[in-house]
Amino acid sequence: MRFKSLLIGAAIAVAVALPGQAKELRFAFQGDLKSLDPYNLNETFTLGFLGNIYEGLTRRSPDLSIEPALAESWSIEEPTRWRFNLRKGVKFQDGTELTADDVLFSADRVRADGSDLKTRLAGVVDVIKVDDHTVDFVTDAPNPILHAEWSTWYIMSKAWAEKNGATKPQAATGNEENYATRHANGTGPFMIETHEVGVRTVAVPNPNWWDKATHNLTKVTFTQIAADPTRVAALLSGEVDMAYPIPLQDQARVDANPGTRVLAGPELRTIFLGMDQFRDELLYSNIKGKNPFKDHRVREAFFRAIDIEAIKAKVMRGNSQPSAMMVAPGVQGGGDPRFTRLGYDPDKSKALLAEAGYADGFEVGMDCPNDRYVNDEQICLAVVSMLAKVGIKVNLNAQPKALYFKKILAPSLDTSFYLLGWTPGSFDSWNVLYNIHGCPDESGKGKFNLGGYCNPKVDELTAKVLSETDADKRAKMVSDAWAMTIEDISHIPLHQQALSWGVSNKVELAQRADNEFHWRHVTIK
Amino acid sequence: MLALIIRRLLQSVMVMLTVALIAFIMFRFVGDPIAQMVGQDTPIADREAMREQLGLNDPAPIQFARFVFNVVQGNFGISYQKGVPVDELILSRLPATLELSFVAALFALVVAIPMGIYTGLYPRRWLSNVFLTVSLLGISLPTFLIGILLILFFGVMLGWLPTYGRGEIVDLGAWTTGLLTESGIRSLLMPAFTLGLFQLTLIMRLVRSEMLEVMRTDYIKFARARGLSNRAVHFGHALKNTLVPVITITGLQLGSIIAFSIITETVFQWPGMGLLIVQAIQFVDIPVMSTYLIVIAFFFVIINMIVDILYHVVDPRLRAETGGKGH
Amino acid sequence: MSDTTSRISDNIDRFFDSDVWWSFKSSKVTIGAAIVTVLIIITAIFAHWVAPQNPFDPAQLDLLDSSLPPVWYADGTWKYMLGTDDQGRDILSALLYGSRISLMVGGASVVAAALIGVTLGLLAGYLGGSVDSLIMRVADVQMSFPAILVALLIDGVARGLLPNERHDELAIWVLIIAISLSTWVPFARTVRGSTMVEKNREYVQAARVIGRRPVAIMLHHVLPNVMGPVLVIATIGLATAILTEAALSFLGVGVPPTSPSLGTLIQIGNNFLFSGEWWMVVFPGIQLAVLVLAVNLLGDWLRDALNPKLR
Repeated sequence: MRFKSLLIGAAIAVAVALPGQAKELRFAFQGDLKSLDPYNLNETFTLGFLGNIYEGLTRRSPDLSIEPALAESWSIEEPTRWRFNLRKGVKFQDGTELTADDVLFSADRVRADGSDLKTRLAGVVDVIKVDDHTVDFVTDAPNPILHAEWSTWYIMSKAWAEKNGATKPQAATGNEENYATRHANGTGPFMIETHEVGVRTVAVPNPNWWDKATHNLTKVTFTQIAADPTRVAALLSGEVDMAYPIPLQDQARVDANPGTRVLAGPELRTIFLGMDQFRDELLYSNIKGKNPFKDHRVREAFFRAIDIEAIKAKVMRGNSQPSAMMVAPGVQGGGDPRFTRLGYDPDKSKALLAEAGYADGFEVGMDCPNDRYVNDEQICLAVVSMLAKVGIKVNLNAQPKALYFKKILAPSLDTSFYLLGWTPGSFDSWNVLYNIHGCPDESGKGKFNLGGYCNPKVDELTAKVLSETDADKRAKMVSDAWAMTIEDISHIPLHQQALSWGVSNKVELAQRADNEFHWRHVTIK
Repeated sequence: MLALIIRRLLQSVMVMLTVALIAFIMFRFVGDPIAQMVGQDTPIADREAMREQLGLNDPAPIQFARFVFNVVQGNFGISYQKGVPVDELILSRLPATLELSFVAALFALVVAIPMGIYTGLYPRRWLSNVFLTVSLLGISLPTFLIGILLILFFGVMLGWLPTYGRGEIVDLGAWTTGLLTESGIRSLLMPAFTLGLFQLTLIMRLVRSEMLEVMRTDYIKFARARGLSNRAVHFGHALKNTLVPVITITGLQLGSIIAFSIITETVFQWPGMGLLIVQAIQFVDIPVMSTYLIVIAFFFVIINMIVDILYHVVDPRLRAETGGKGH
Repeated sequence: MSDTTSRISDNIDRFFDSDVWWSFKSSKVTIGAAIVTVLIIITAIFAHWVAPQNPFDPAQLDLLDSSLPPVWYADGTWKYMLGTDDQGRDILSALLYGSRISLMVGGASVVAAALIGVTLGLLAGYLGGSVDSLIMRVADVQMSFPAILVALLIDGVARGLLPNERHDELAIWVLIIAISLSTWVPFARTVRGSTMVEKNREYVQAARVIGRRPVAIMLHHVLPNVMGPVLVIATIGLATAILTEAALSFLGVGVPPTSPSLGTLIQIGNNFLFSGEWWMVVFPGIQLAVLVLAVNLLGDWLRDALNPKLR
């Protein structure tokens, strides 16, 4: 016993004697790291985490502008042919060198069965190796934002995957575990040291990284802490150096605590309400034989009944940016000064309802997730209460996302009125116009247009936006498309929620608006 | 004896199959795993294809037959959520839950038995009333609230104990333990207390009422009449007779402790099976949920069987009262 | 008819004359517990007259009044004596309405569990043989599912099966069924044990000899004699059921958020413990603890009073 405490004493002495040696970053997140395979799940946290281990041809700087990574440069040779020049001398963490073959292999693997990131190469018809460090991508039509999402299309080593039998992503039905699920071999600034599934993941810096490391970390430990109070407690007590998300009501406590602070910033996700506008009779309503939401006046009445400033002040505690548009200011085409929100006006709302023939209001069912977005259920409850004041009785069905998405997403589309959030992966308006505003059809257009809003003129313009390469013309088209959907009140945009990271004062880091956490920007005092 | 064991074994297999069937039918309705397995951009056609591949569109009996067939072969499938074999996942979480449960049960026993004896021997003393009332508080507050309050007080305000996780663990090959390191033991304190509190109350009251009854039996009166000292009567005779039902009930409770660890593990981010199942339910990770239930059912069946057999060995007359206590 | 009436009044007389009543009168703690329980039940039943606000009516909630502290703070108002929660619900009103939901869920599930448990226990104990075996194995299956898990699963299934527009109204019934299905086993085991003892007693044998039907024997002779332990289990079961409902709310499958129970209120308030808005969790927590404590104390007294060996 005596001996043991002596040893511990000695260990402490050593630790004190060598300050600045161990710079360990311990961080906690609400969710879990699903898999180390970079093509397994198209989800922000997983891809953001793996972006520290793996790299794409491009990467994004803290302000989200695209910068070269594994590709040193690129050029558009023809409208449908892009050329990428690979960086020379880049080594994977197992020591093999990056070549064009690895890019070709990754292009095949990301489009194989079981990959959830097939859309990264949507429209790419051919990938051609020009020489060992040059690759051409041929597309079926001109696409000025081809590489917009390539910062999260990570390049894997062909030799490594072949050696370990991981040439295809994990298939959903597979009874065999894929090697890449628990092992990683990237080119990035960090390497996985240990990965205890669902418990803890430890990474160390990659000494052979091609870029100059600006961080001073010697080790990174990630733990999932799902319960909000427990996560906050771990940060406050100094057991983790960084935790996110911090519940909005706990921000003051984290800031008041001497050793910690909150980093809040706007996120690119827009939270909005959608209404069923395609059925002739609503699924959940006491109005039979017609669909009130088909009436523009009813949609406007709903919009005007919602006091977005009260939601911002009370539910979001100041941490939201009310939005007139369905995209955030940081997205291409977002933050357009041409648009302002319809004002909060319950009297006008009542008048509009009366004009539309619903002077006594009506009943409608609302669907809401309760574990997906920041304070999602509380926002819905506030909306229920606000609509009650203009005579609309809303029957709220708030449930966990597993049940919620099953109910509202296609093919069931089992909803009349719902809350959803969306971040365009490409940070471009086209993604939102196409997915959320396009008339739904077989091709996948409008696949998240759950209310079935349909304006053929918007569709026409959206199609033109995709292939327009002149930036100014394109911006004008985007703005005009938004003007039409906002005029139609296709949806009711609410706000952009805020990022809420809790950070120890020992730690300096760069917060990205897409909520990805990159350790290469971290320094520890 | 042998016939009894064989009969119980057969019954146990039936129980396990029923559990599996019920669990299986229920899981078809807890949500859609596909929405969680793919990102927001994944086309609907791909989602449908996955559903088809996973066999989620097949009729329930076929899915169940396939499931049982695989389980019998020792193939529990791959977790939808984490992509690793389920049996491996559950085995890696088992030590955390068992360690927490055993320590919680031990804590409950060690504290509850003396308190129970005291309140049983001296039912009218004020300290007995204090014990009884305070212990009732332990079962009057929701577990999760007790856990959060402990975290707030000992973790954040005083900074004495870790707020989450298992601390530093030692890998012994097939088993991982936190009992060999200081941080591991410190991490165990709050969760074990939270989990053990409910059982503590239960056991204390059981010991008390057993003591009260035993002290009034002729057996004790004779012992006193023989002139034995109070100490000898209390501990030599009364306690000995009390402990049999106490140990039995505690044994049976062990299963429910393991089950109740769901909430404690969620609050303390304890990386055991309870945390796994809560996440699996949220994610609709059907292979993990089914396997968890089968493992839990297995524990209960085994514990029940051992208790039954012990009863037979100890006292055949007790057969009529398996599990429950009459008067 | 008059026969029944006189029997009831006989019973009442006997009750006030009994040891049970005497032991009640002589225990101050028990009297206190009874008063508290009755008070909570009455204020819960008449919540719509007693409470200043109807927290279940969204039109009465004002978001701008949310998160107000209790009256003795500078920003507190008499309008919301105990403060408001994050949706602008008056905590005092929410307590009264919430207790009603908790008591209803707890009470109904205990009654249901007792009905199932006593019936099955009587059958198993009286008939024995393969019926006994079957029922006890079902109980084993039941026991192999932890109560919380059973409730979680039933809730999940119900959500999947029931039409969604009815979900809110049915959610409470689903909870009741879930909790009762996970708590009937102790009733069954106890009743079965007692029945096996009782059925060999002389008076039951005698009834059988004079040719009374088994159902009649069970109801008139066996049942009254096993009611004592059932009552004890039921009282403690009520406390447990209220807590189980709270735990389910914590795991996110409780009553709908538009009509919160005490458990839901605690679960909501739980998230505001660190931010200093303590009133959202402390008041519901005290209310729940007091209620459960009082019911448990009553259960204690009942157990001791009905067990003649302990006096």
